[in-house]
Amino acid sequence: MKRSWLIALFLVLGMAAPARAADTIKLGFNIPMTGDIPDVGESSKNAAEMLKKKINDAGGIEVGGKKYLVEFIYEDNESKAESALSTARKLITQDGVLGMVGPQSSKQAVPAGEAANDLKTPMMAPWSTNPNTTKNRPYVFRGCFLDTFQGPTAAKFASEEFKAKKAAVLYDIASDYPKGLAEDFKAAFEKINGPGSVVAFETFTTKDVDFSAQLTNIAKSGADVLFVPQYYNEVPLVVKQAKSLGFNKPVLGSDSWGSGDLMGLCGDDCKGYFFVTHYAAAGAKGKTKEFIDEYTKLYKKTPDDVAALTWDGANLMLAAVQTLPAITGDMAKDREALMKAMAGIKKFEGITGDMSYPATGDHDPIKCAVVVKIDDAGKFAFYKSVCP
Amino acid sequence: MLQSLLQNLLNALQWGSFYSLIALGYCLVYGVLLLINFAHGDIFMVGAYIAFFVCTFLLGKYGAIPGLPGWLVLSLAVPLTMLLTAVVGVTLERVAYRPLRRKGVNRLYVVITALMCGLILENGNLALLGASRKSFPTLIPTQVYNLFGVTVTNIKLMVIGVAILSFLLLHFIVTRTKIGMAMRAISYDRFAVPLMGIPADTVIVFTFVLGSGFAGLAGLFFAMTYPVLDPYMGALIGWKAFIAAVVGGIGSIAGAFAGGFLLGFVEIMVVAFFPSTFRDLIAFSILLLILSIRPTGLFGVARRTKI
Repeated sequence: MKRSWLIALFLVLGMAAPARAADTIKLGFNIPMTGDIPDVGESSKNAAEMLKKKINDAGGIEVGGKKYLVEFIYEDNESKAESALSTARKLITQDGVLGMVGPQSSKQAVPAGEAANDLKTPMMAPWSTNPNTTKNRPYVFRGCFLDTFQGPTAAKFASEEFKAKKAAVLYDIASDYPKGLAEDFKAAFEKINGPGSVVAFETFTTKDVDFSAQLTNIAKSGADVLFVPQYYNEVPLVVKQAKSLGFNKPVLGSDSWGSGDLMGLCGDDCKGYFFVTHYAAAGAKGKTKEFIDEYTKLYKKTPDDVAALTWDGANLMLAAVQTLPAITGDMAKDREALMKAMAGIKKFEGITGDMSYPATGDHDPIKCAVVVKIDDAGKFAFYKSVCP
Repeated sequence: MLQSLLQNLLNALQWGSFYSLIALGYCLVYGVLLLINFAHGDIFMVGAYIAFFVCTFLLGKYGAIPGLPGWLVLSLAVPLTMLLTAVVGVTLERVAYRPLRRKGVNRLYVVITALMCGLILENGNLALLGASRKSFPTLIPTQVYNLFGVTVTNIKLMVIGVAILSFLLLHFIVTRTKIGMAMRAISYDRFAVPLMGIPADTVIVFTFVLGSGFAGLAGLFFAMTYPVLDPYMGALIGWKAFIAAVVGGIGSIAGAFAGGFLLGFVEIMVVAFFPSTFRDLIAFSILLLILSIRPTGLFGVARRTKI
């Protein structure tokens, strides 16, 4: 009697599992819902939910003549490198996702990319700008420009806009993203203004809140501009302490400024500063405007660059899924086919710009950067666009 | 060079003030109960959040009362924050430590309970308020004064002043008042004191009121200086302040005060002249050296009476 129950149970489970797997396309989201940068996770999830609703309301996507609904699985990587790695493994091996979107920041995307590549699962890192994320990893894709482009853009902008001859940098040495970008900026700035023109290259460690010693050195160094490639939660502390130590020169930021609640935390202190980023919400047109309007209606706030890039990244992945001949159900085969399809996309029209991947080499898109000015109303206004 | 040195000295005084204020709380509770209250760093965090809510409420954000001017908000926030944080500290004592003490368990279990309480406070905050950072409102506009190339702000001066005043006040309470005498008596012999008609529990509660109150004060001024609050802000600074209290000679109020400033001074000076990656390495090597020369800390003496 007991055995027949078990058999019946197995039969039900056995029938249910493939039936479910065949009807949906599962994507995993490896995003920071808690930890240092929770707003980045929230933006990613908001954009993804909006996309899922849009697709599923329209009846799903068609692959090989069959309709599939999409299913998104959100896993929190706590903004930590090691959690991003275990989250990636869980999504790929336990949840059986076809592809993974995220992690967002390079600190998590670099280790998670390693796992995704080893397990042969396509991964789309929408917001990670560190070159190592995709380096020699055919399964890992990127949705944004690289630090090797962003750093020189910032250096050039500082030299032209502020006529800066000397620059200072303050960055977190324990995190891949600021460290890489700070070095790229330094190299580019010294190339323009001569060796030694970066007069202060100060560091701190993640979770530090007091930068007074570093900023004292920076204020004394005579730098014309301070470059701070840090996240939105650290920028207000840096900016306020710099002002209280008498540093009143311009502060220049990177794409990590645009995400999350920078203005909510920083208030008036950040107004008038510039940063390099992926897109500017103010004054957008066409598809970008549609996205911004819908997002604003749903979540009562302007989408940041993370939301826009997540939208593009997930869309690109799903666009590639649609070009597959069929979903075979064999995970290894489907994942490889998806990777090839993503690499083969000629021109994807995203809301943050057109994307295509070079035929050979790493899967880094060629995209333009936008310099944004924080205006007096606290809005991120388009200032100029820089293309490679 | 001299300007840099003076500037960093001021920076160190400000940073050390926070260590000192938190270390004072460790020191009081340890002195009276021989308990290392590892939840103290998180009580400091709770203090910062309480200060945040008190200040936004008084500034009129929730619409219950019209917005008050900043200086008035600050002067009201100081007692209110201290009081409310003290309530949290006393609640911990009543809920977690007192039952254990009544059962007469080994001190080790109470220390582990304290660690748990800290985690509960952190994650309770995370669950209740979410992971987003809170931005502390500007109560009084920062004034930057420049004296011979050395920059100092009104907030910096206030923080240093508050730390020194707190030390003097605590020192006065412990050495000059009746309840201070009772505290010292308990630290001398906890079991004989009730026999003399001193209500031991009242004194212990008072100790927690003092310790947590000053943690709340530290939280308020910390939030004014570094206006981004997150649920884990108390953990690391709490541990470091505890180390500072040990180096100063735990149980000694002057020791906790000096230890806090010493740690702040070493940290800032290391960062000023070395890469920041060396900060904790050098700072804690120095502290270790001090402890190996004077195991009881700078102001500690090897005897049973602490405080």
